[in-house]
Amino acid sequence: MKTIKILAAVAIVAFVSAFTIPGGGYKVGDVATDFKLKNVDGKMVSLSDYKSAKGFIVVFTCNHCPFAKAYEDRLVALDKKYSKQGYPVIAINPNNPEKQKEDSYDLMKVRAREKGFTFPYLFDDGQKIYPQYGATKTPHVYILQKTAKGNEVKYIGAIDDNHEEPSAVKEKFVENAVDALLKGQSVKVTETKAIGCSIKA
Amino acid sequence: METIAVNFRKALSVVAIFIFAVGYSQSDPKPLEIFAQGGITVNSYDFKSFAPYLNRTDDTVYVVNFWATWCAPCIVELPHFEKLGQAYKDKKVKVLLVSLDSKKNVEKSLIPFIRKKKLQSQYVLLSDPDMNGWIPKVDPDWSGALPATVIYNGSTGQRKFYEQSFTYGQLESEVKSFIQ
Repeated sequence: MKTIKILAAVAIVAFVSAFTIPGGGYKVGDVATDFKLKNVDGKMVSLSDYKSAKGFIVVFTCNHCPFAKAYEDRLVALDKKYSKQGYPVIAINPNNPEKQKEDSYDLMKVRAREKGFTFPYLFDDGQKIYPQYGATKTPHVYILQKTAKGNEVKYIGAIDDNHEEPSAVKEKFVENAVDALLKGQSVKVTETKAIGCSIKA
Repeated sequence: METIAVNFRKALSVVAIFIFAVGYSQSDPKPLEIFAQGGITVNSYDFKSFAPYLNRTDDTVYVVNFWATWCAPCIVELPHFEKLGQAYKDKKVKVLLVSLDSKKNVEKSLIPFIRKKKLQSQYVLLSDPDMNGWIPKVDPDWSGALPATVIYNGSTGQRKFYEQSFTYGQLESEVKSFIQ
């Protein structure tokens, strides 16, 4: 009888965890965790290394996903425009290479070189950081602003409103948000949705 | 005489299939564009023209799966949706596969995939760049990650959204909870 009860409990836990809707992670206004992750150049990178930054454009991205690839050039452009204004791009690959071979650390190095990444491209070894942020897909952006309480989340979502045609973009969500923060204004559109590749943990 | 009878019966069934097909296609929303290649046609919609697929009101359980040929976990679970559609086709369960492939990949990737896998379920293309506009209309909880699935019962209004991959067992038990 006891065994049956235990089995039932195990079954319930398995069932519930199988159907847990991803909804955890940060909301706008939360303070985001720092991390220490390995960059493609072999060095460890933390947000606290950036003493003079005003904030960060943290983007969960990867090598294999067509949506992530569609935004690589736009990430380089964002970094070129905003790192000198105090908002560098920090890219993190959250995928487990055992589940998605193309997202291995070695292939990250290749991709960063091919695309001329001007920003760190970090490996979330063990897939520990992305769940804290609540990222569910690539690409998935979190804009953080340095405040007295820490790195505060100011925006979560997409880079802009057209992944396929950069020339057809009507709203540049990330640029609008960072521009507002640089002017000391509040971000108007704080959350957006876009299709992406689910994170493979 | 016998041959004529057989032919007549055959003709009748052809007519019946034709009527069924016409009646059926009338209940589908009108596509904005149709891609055709080697006998395979794919109807393409923007979200507005696609939306009726999510809001049918007849006595059927609709299983609407959002996928793309580039989405590895989608490809893994696709056979489960195919199997379900076949196993429950007499039980008022209908599977709709909604591809989010880009239009320029329809002839290069989507149609060859449909041909290779001999897809049995109904399939359409949803191509609408205003994702931030339409994703929340599918479900407010959808982050945009693929795969994603909506199951709803047209007559009871029961509806559930899943941002996850399914095993066949999980999918079947979910669908059963929608069957009256």
